[in-house]
Amino acid sequence: MLKRLAGCIREYKTASILSPVIVMLEVVIECIIPFLTAELVNEIKAGCELNELLKFGAILLVLAACSLTCGWLAGHFCATAACGFAKNLRKDLFYNVQRFSFGNIDKFSTSSLVTRLTTDVANVQMAYMMLVRTAFRSPFMLIFAFFMAFYMGGKMAWVFAVVIPILGFGLFLIARKAMPIFRKVFRKYDNLNNSVQENIQGMRVVKAYVREDREIEKFGVAAEDVCADFTRAEKLLAFNNPLMQLCLHVVMLVVIFFGSQLIINSGGAELDVGQLSALLTYGMQILMSLMMLSMIFVMITMSAESARRIVEVLDEQSTVTNPQNPRYEVADGSLDFEKVSFKYSAKAKEFALQEINLHIKSGQTVGIIGGTGSSKTTLIQLISRLYDVTEGSVKVGGVDVREYDLETLRNQVAVVLQKNVLFSGSIKENLRWGNLEATDEELIHACKLACAHEFITQFPDGYDTHIEQGGTNVSGGQKQRLCIARALLKKPKVLILDDSTSAVDTHTDAMIRKAFREEIPGTTKLIIAQRISSVEDADVIIVMNGGRIDDIGNHAELLARNAIYQEVYTSQNKGGATDGQE
Amino acid sequence: MAKNKNMRPPMNVPKGTLGRVIKQLFKDYPARMTLVLVCLLVTAVASTLPAIFMGQTVTLVEKGLVEGIDTVYGGIVKIALSLLIVYVISLTCSVTYTRTMAIVTQGFLNKMRQRMFAGMQRLPIRYFDTHTHGDIMSYYTNDIDTLRQLISQSLPNMITALIVIVMVVAIMFYYSFWMTLVVFLGVVAMMLVTKFVGGNSAHFFVRQQQSMAKVEGFVEEIMNGQKVVQVFCHEEESKKDFDRLNEQLFKDAESANRFANILMPILGNIGNILYVAVAIVGGVLMVLKVPNLSLSGLPLTIAAVVPFINMTRQFTGNVSQISQQVNAVVMAQAGAARIFALMDEEPETDNGYVTLVNCREKNGQIVECTERTGMWAWKHPHQADGTVTYTRLAGDVVLDHVDFGYVPEKIVLHDVSLYAEPGQKVAFVGATGAGKTTITNLINRFYDIADGKIRYDGININKIKKADLRRSLGVILQDTNLFTGTVMENIRYGKLDATDEECIAAAKLANAHDFIRRLPDGYDTMLTANGANLSQGQRQLLSIARAAVADPPVMIMDEATSSIDTRTEALVQKGMDQLMKGRTVFVIAHRLSTVRNSDVIMVLEQGRIIERGNHEKLIAEKGKYYQLYTGAFELE
Repeated sequence: MLKRLAGCIREYKTASILSPVIVMLEVVIECIIPFLTAELVNEIKAGCELNELLKFGAILLVLAACSLTCGWLAGHFCATAACGFAKNLRKDLFYNVQRFSFGNIDKFSTSSLVTRLTTDVANVQMAYMMLVRTAFRSPFMLIFAFFMAFYMGGKMAWVFAVVIPILGFGLFLIARKAMPIFRKVFRKYDNLNNSVQENIQGMRVVKAYVREDREIEKFGVAAEDVCADFTRAEKLLAFNNPLMQLCLHVVMLVVIFFGSQLIINSGGAELDVGQLSALLTYGMQILMSLMMLSMIFVMITMSAESARRIVEVLDEQSTVTNPQNPRYEVADGSLDFEKVSFKYSAKAKEFALQEINLHIKSGQTVGIIGGTGSSKTTLIQLISRLYDVTEGSVKVGGVDVREYDLETLRNQVAVVLQKNVLFSGSIKENLRWGNLEATDEELIHACKLACAHEFITQFPDGYDTHIEQGGTNVSGGQKQRLCIARALLKKPKVLILDDSTSAVDTHTDAMIRKAFREEIPGTTKLIIAQRISSVEDADVIIVMNGGRIDDIGNHAELLARNAIYQEVYTSQNKGGATDGQE
Repeated sequence: MAKNKNMRPPMNVPKGTLGRVIKQLFKDYPARMTLVLVCLLVTAVASTLPAIFMGQTVTLVEKGLVEGIDTVYGGIVKIALSLLIVYVISLTCSVTYTRTMAIVTQGFLNKMRQRMFAGMQRLPIRYFDTHTHGDIMSYYTNDIDTLRQLISQSLPNMITALIVIVMVVAIMFYYSFWMTLVVFLGVVAMMLVTKFVGGNSAHFFVRQQQSMAKVEGFVEEIMNGQKVVQVFCHEEESKKDFDRLNEQLFKDAESANRFANILMPILGNIGNILYVAVAIVGGVLMVLKVPNLSLSGLPLTIAAVVPFINMTRQFTGNVSQISQQVNAVVMAQAGAARIFALMDEEPETDNGYVTLVNCREKNGQIVECTERTGMWAWKHPHQADGTVTYTRLAGDVVLDHVDFGYVPEKIVLHDVSLYAEPGQKVAFVGATGAGKTTITNLINRFYDIADGKIRYDGININKIKKADLRRSLGVILQDTNLFTGTVMENIRYGKLDATDEECIAAAKLANAHDFIRRLPDGYDTMLTANGANLSQGQRQLLSIARAAVADPPVMIMDEATSSIDTRTEALVQKGMDQLMKGRTVFVIAHRLSTVRNSDVIMVLEQGRIIERGNHEKLIAEKGKYYQLYTGAFELE
């Protein structure tokens, strides 16, 4: 996992290395300053010359300036390193998601991907900032200050040798006991917030069923649970500070009691007053570093969960990949399914599609009809390799789809998805998704085919009208027609409409189909629909049921012999007319 | 949802917000907070004492060096013992305070969370319509988090720092005025730096938040349409767009963090310089034998200078403590202000006094009873003469010249009148925004009407207790919302004391039984994230089952079957018709086959009922309904 993450540092390696190096320099200076001030104190005590004092002052000032510069630079590099690392993480995450196949996308929900790209990356960024700055600073400070204490304080410094392990062990013990509780409680806390979100979203249901009190009670129980765990962990961590103080106190006592005697007894030879106060400063530095270390330990372990979630996405391998020597030409729009079976995951018990054999000639119009869950959508998704078949093969233009270059295949087989999306931007920009180089004339032509031109020109800004995120400012029927126009711009050999005219009125629906027949006769057209009227004039109609082809034929044939088709037909035509809108 | 998190409108923090947090803290934990305060005071005072002992030690050492160890040994022991006592006391206080604070912090957050949640449950639907979900959600995440910071760290740190500063200043004055003056100059410098650097970093943090929101919005949009991206081979384009936003975020984050990172080194080194400056000034004063000005009146000696410079360190340390907390406090104030605003929000009012009771018929009279009889009555107490009358619940709903607007300036329903007799199926047809859902929102009083009257079994619904009114109405909403839990628990949501058999019967009625059985754990399958593992159609079947188990006298179905194919819908409808026989049903649908067999169909246009009648009558009229039905017109 660490290796995977480290691979994202890249161009920020320099900053990531410079930062700790400079921090160490800063530490050295910080440790020298008390040493010099000790000298200064002794000078003052000795009642020295004025210029001697000023000389000390100047040196110390220069050192402080150096330390300031180092601190400044370290902060600078550290910000670059951590933010750059975060940038690369986001980039790698996003790029990898772009490589995802439909199968990969199904595994992660949008919100979980967004959280990984934002909150989780932010957590890792924080931890990394800690790592390049404090994680080097603290141990180095610890060692250097310890060394200085010995150099100056001599025997007195042994007190640190005793205190440090005790404190270190204590802090470690606390962190180790608290960590599992934290990890557990964070998961509970997430659940708690999820339940809040659920309640906000479902507030109408809660109110309609008068379940406010029950929800409050349920939330209360969960919140108390979270609180109890948090308190348990925090109470453990609460020992950190007193423990540190205890050690500091011990040092202080020992230094004052034994130190002062040592000074007097040795006549100031082994220790002097200046050194005494310097010892205390070092003591402070040592213990603070230990404190910081234990904090880093906690912080980094806490961000481990975020790191794991990031790596999970980074490591996700696309299940659909380009072949070695791909074909870049699609001969025609003929489609063949040969003994095709498919299930969504290897673990799935049941096949979503079973034993599909199907041959469609180039240029035919094919209707597909069937109930919810009959795998209509699954069937057509195999054609442009949105999923790969489990068994058998799907051929376009007589060649197995797995032999084509993915981009070539998907440009030649245009799918208008059932759950379709428009993106924020102008209508033109949205249409150009189909073909980046399309001229305005081509756009208008495609829109005319999809019966979208008329309503677009009625907008005040025409083709420059801004579409809101998710296409919320156009009606469902308009959205569907824009999506069809977008797909038409690819000039595909195969066009698939997955329930793409459900919100379009039957009259316009018929006009679109007429335009298809007249304007793009060479294109194979697959139309999935709920409405019989959308498919009744197709060359071939496929009736799907439970992942199998129930029957194939034209309208008249199916109406005469197929039970499902008849049932659908009657459910929509009881009163003698077609179904309305969805 | 995530997108809105960072786009919350800036909130004016009312004065006294911090005070209100502290007041609430003391109200919730009076004894513990007092204990914490006392402990804080003791530890703060105790932390300044060692410097004084240090000064005394230096004096003794000086003396001892001249006069020998024996003359000062007793003094040293005395100092060590006093120090020990101080330490023991301060350590005790420290342990007490940190542990108590852990309890108080978490307990307080827990209380606040529950208060917010309980308050939220009582808010009118209007609140949820006018606030984004992301916005409300951030009360529970971001804002609570700022409070945690404030209570567990900022407040105690700042209190301690303040006490220490006061103490230290007093002690400094005790030793020397002149040297104190130097320290003050340093503090002014520190404050200026904090203001400048902190201000800059705050500026960039705001920009970072904005860039973050942009990245988040973009990622959300693209990930949402990831399948479309793939189908159109648009990956390279979206990568380009992403890189641009990501780079901007990096730049802003870098600047923000740079400023934040350099604050501590600057403050720390000002502390260092001050330390040296104080030492030198002390030395110079001693060398030049400048007359000392101090509270103690003692001359400036090494015994005063050594503790003084140590104290300088303590002083600057505490000042930077405070400046570090400034950001957190400002943020917590904003967070607390938002939390209080939520808790202060006016709850849904309910002046109803007519209640729904179980009843049974006895000699032609309605008698109230406690057990569930399947027969309900409205219990109507009359204030004037103190009598109580019972009206049998039938499901007779009348709208009488109703006007309504979500905002007063914009009326969306104009003069709507309708009557639904018990046992009737009433359908609403019309374009999005015509006011179909609005009518049902009024019947169960999610919103109150502006003018006119709505009567339920002859009783003005304003007189009916909201909870009882809603209990009598089964609602299946357009957006299905399921809750984390098993399938069984989700169905049981409709009637909490329903047996498993009742739930399964309801599922069968809704035609959901078949697919539920095929789920990995059948009725015990866990649903998460609003039933993400189910298709939209399956979710709708479940929400129908949930309503069916409630077995309500009146049912409102708002696009309840829009994602179910027409065959299955016909089956569901048969079941529902069976269940609702003799009861009132309101149906809203786009799909005309759903409403065709209704007793009355209302065609709505721009908040007015333009046609009404049954299917045959409307077809014969050859009006709007006829156009819709023949497909000459598109609804939306």
